[in-house]
Amino acid sequence: MATPQTAGTEAHGGAHDNLGFPPFKTETFASQILWLAIFFGLLYWLVSKVFAPRLTDVIEGRASRIARDLDDAAAARTRAEEAGVAYEKALAEARARAQSIAQARRDEVNAGVESRRKALEGDLSAKLAAAEAQISATKASAMGNVQAIAADAAAAIVERLGGVAPSAGDLDAALKSALKA
Amino acid sequence: MASPLEQFQIKPIVPLGRIGGSEIAFTNSSLFMLLVVGAIGLFFMAATSQRSLVPGRMQAFAEMLYEFVAGTLKSAAGKEGMQFFPLVFSLFLFVLTANFMGMIPGAFTVTSQIIVTFALALLVFLTVIGVGLAKHGTHFFGLFVPQGAPAWLVPFLVVIEVISFLSRPISLSMRLFANMLAGHIALKVFAGFVVSLGALGVGGILGATLPLGMIVALTALEFLVAFLQAYVFTILTCVYLNDALHPGH
Repeated sequence: MATPQTAGTEAHGGAHDNLGFPPFKTETFASQILWLAIFFGLLYWLVSKVFAPRLTDVIEGRASRIARDLDDAAAARTRAEEAGVAYEKALAEARARAQSIAQARRDEVNAGVESRRKALEGDLSAKLAAAEAQISATKASAMGNVQAIAADAAAAIVERLGGVAPSAGDLDAALKSALKA
Repeated sequence: MASPLEQFQIKPIVPLGRIGGSEIAFTNSSLFMLLVVGAIGLFFMAATSQRSLVPGRMQAFAEMLYEFVAGTLKSAAGKEGMQFFPLVFSLFLFVLTANFMGMIPGAFTVTSQIIVTFALALLVFLTVIGVGLAKHGTHFFGLFVPQGAPAWLVPFLVVIEVISFLSRPISLSMRLFANMLAGHIALKVFAGFVVSLGALGVGGILGATLPLGMIVALTALEFLVAFLQAYVFTILTCVYLNDALHPGH
């Protein structure tokens, strides 16, 4: 679409500018190649000696840093898992030990209670026996007193009925036979 | 009004004399080559001065460019291709910066000069031949013999392969040159329409909005082309370098 216009203006421009299509003017080639060689050479030197090594350094440095950090993180995680396992183990051991200590203590307490109970029972039975002995002694002495009272009563009855006080020997024999019956 | 081709005119700034009948001068073309290399140099100097683990904006951008070109090179030529990284990176940066710098109004577009793009393409071409011969000797010419072709067809295929190989520097340089040239001419032509229509009064000014809109659209397209052609030049360089490293394919 722009072709006729371009051709027209080219012809027009060409009339008082240098003749020809500027990029095809061979007389400018040597100069352009020379400067291109100088500046592109400079750019190549800068890129190959300065920029590319710097960028390679920083990018590879970052990659290795990230890899190292990931390794460190994996190692730390392994350590944490090991610590977790060790903690679980220690906890289980402590629990087992606590249980055995509690059991021993319970046994000890039970044994103490049992022995005290036995001692107490022995004590009580001894006291019971003593009390029983005392009761029988009291009973015996009471029985002796009953005999004396009975003898006195019998002597008084005989004296009132017979007028004669019985001798102590007769009275005693009579009481014994009566108590035996 | 200036011709659309005036922007491609080489104008001497400092004449330096003559070598073998050719005039040697520091021209506007040389100036913009210097500006391109200077801009790249200053940017990368600043971007890589810190070399920090967590990059700043400039370093991140420099690393992005590095990874982009390195990725392109590795995918086309494999890991061994990285020995050509400085060359490929320099080419990419030079072409990209020259293309973009040409988009500044009034600036000279270095890559719109056929001799510049041809010199760069020839550099790639000669590098491929030089490295190919140095690495593989005569096996390098196996590049021209397609594998698995019927024997009677091989002579024809070899001729075609040789022609296609020899035309590489021409196609590589022409593509970049023609794209930059055509884009800049189109922009200038539409800009010319705006000026000539605008001089015709109210109706002309209204009519001029049409080519003005075209310029806006074309400018956006040219920015895309500026990047795309730099990328195409780079990826084709990588593909050609791959032939130097692995001519058996």
